[in-house]
Amino acid sequence: MRRAATLAVLAAAIAFPLVATPLGWEFYVGFASRIMIYALAASSLNLVLGYGGMLSFGHAAFVGAGAYTAGILLTEGVPSAWIGWPAAVLVAAVLAVVIGAISLRTRGVYFIMITLAFAQMMYYVAVGMKTYGGEEGLRLASRPVIGLGLDLKDDVTFYYVVLAILAAALYGLHRLARARFGRVVEAIRENETRMEAIGFPTYRYKLVCFAIGGAVAGLAGALLAGHNSYVNPNLLYWTQSGTLMIMVILGGVGHLYGGLLGAVALLLLEEVFSVYTIHWQLGVGAILLAIVLFAPKGLAGLAAKHG
Amino acid sequence: MADAVLAIDGLAKRFGGVVAVDGVSLTVERGGIHALIGPNGAGKTTIIHQLSGALAPDAGRIVFEGRDVTRVPFHDRVALGLARSFQITSIFRTFTVLDNVALAVQARTGSSLSFWRPLAAETALFEEAHTVLERVGLGGRANVAAGVLAHGEQRQLEVALALATNARLLLLDEPMAGMGPEESERMIALIGRLKGTLSVLLVEHDMDAVFRLADRISVLVNGRVIASGAPAEIRSNEEVRRAYLGEEVLA
Repeated sequence: MRRAATLAVLAAAIAFPLVATPLGWEFYVGFASRIMIYALAASSLNLVLGYGGMLSFGHAAFVGAGAYTAGILLTEGVPSAWIGWPAAVLVAAVLAVVIGAISLRTRGVYFIMITLAFAQMMYYVAVGMKTYGGEEGLRLASRPVIGLGLDLKDDVTFYYVVLAILAAALYGLHRLARARFGRVVEAIRENETRMEAIGFPTYRYKLVCFAIGGAVAGLAGALLAGHNSYVNPNLLYWTQSGTLMIMVILGGVGHLYGGLLGAVALLLLEEVFSVYTIHWQLGVGAILLAIVLFAPKGLAGLAAKHG
Repeated sequence: MADAVLAIDGLAKRFGGVVAVDGVSLTVERGGIHALIGPNGAGKTTIIHQLSGALAPDAGRIVFEGRDVTRVPFHDRVALGLARSFQITSIFRTFTVLDNVALAVQARTGSSLSFWRPLAAETALFEEAHTVLERVGLGGRANVAAGVLAHGEQRQLEVALALATNARLLLLDEPMAGMGPEESERMIALIGRLKGTLSVLLVEHDMDAVFRLADRISVLVNGRVIASGAPAEIRSNEEVRRAYLGEEVLA
């Protein structure tokens, strides 16, 4: 049943550009790519926040680190995605290890504050990089090059590349959650002291989880830079961390499809409401409130209950 | 003293101005049950915290099987064979009983930095967890969520988690806490069965249980050991009577 639903959604996603292009909906192909990139970023936060129970309020730092790494490489004459994207993943992962190693020594509200502070620091670093656009952001001459006869400048091709990456990432998350590591991470969320008492070095496992989350967020950042041909320093601003958090809560904390559903719902709501009013955030806020009050497990929880 | 599994020397802990543990020295012999008794606030749980590694001592030395573990982290002490239970039940409430114990087995059987292979395929791990559950009498409850177990069963699971680490010394912090007479009886039988296979340091308020189980008893009052010896010696010790036991236990 669940497998059938997953395959149906995947088939629909594969068919979408084939239907949209003849209808003249090219804009929506690009929009769908944006949604999928955010879904990737939100899913990476969901691993940290939902599975691992770490209330990180600085996830935007890793998205931004990935975006700037890919953008700077492109600007400096390295157009290959095969170099730019892995480099983005690596830089974001290293940053996550450094930030995590310090932040994970704290608990609760302090952890929220320290991750937020680190991300804000990174924001000011980005704004301060005058060579790479500073406050103006970094404009990229073109999209990265991927070879294999694929042209990423074509929105439909870009769409399929993003779809493949998102599908692979979600399958990876699915495997991880059912493997030893996933069990350990969820058990730490449930009762960390008990995990220490049966012999798990919980700090180390949390750090690995935090680093994987950061690495995947870095990939999302690189894709976003390619998609927009532009890196905005606002990607690292704390409200971006908030947006990712809202997506996870909306979609379903600790649920495989939480990040995906949240990104789809939030960006669609934003798109729909903003047609009618500039105060679209009010409408989105009301819906978020309803979700938190009446469906604490998010849209994924609702779907599981009625599906 | 050659066959001491645990030797504590001059252990101390203060919280602000309060001296919780004040220079405690004692030795737990291998294979025996050593009970640590004393009034509320005497420092028993603080000692368990320091022995397990949850709390760093201000002074003193902890030697486990001839090795100084005073500065060894909590989880590494478990790997060495020193495990504890908690006075306030600490289990994974949303996990099944079997999954609870399987985690403790997982902790000592290889790395858990495994991201791809399904845990469910590791049958050996779950078989071993089952064996531990049978040992504590929870074999029939394996697939129930731990949070819905009766209080007494949760206390049994608490002990099962410590046992599943393959510890050679168990620190049991009031395993009988909050139990009815029938549940207590079951727990006493369980701890009795452990005798000989491993060593136990038992903190307990139930004096009936303590005098039935313990080979040696140490009495802690205001953070100090005022007496240590065989149950009969403790029973007849004047100072212990005055400080703690009172008359009813001795009748």
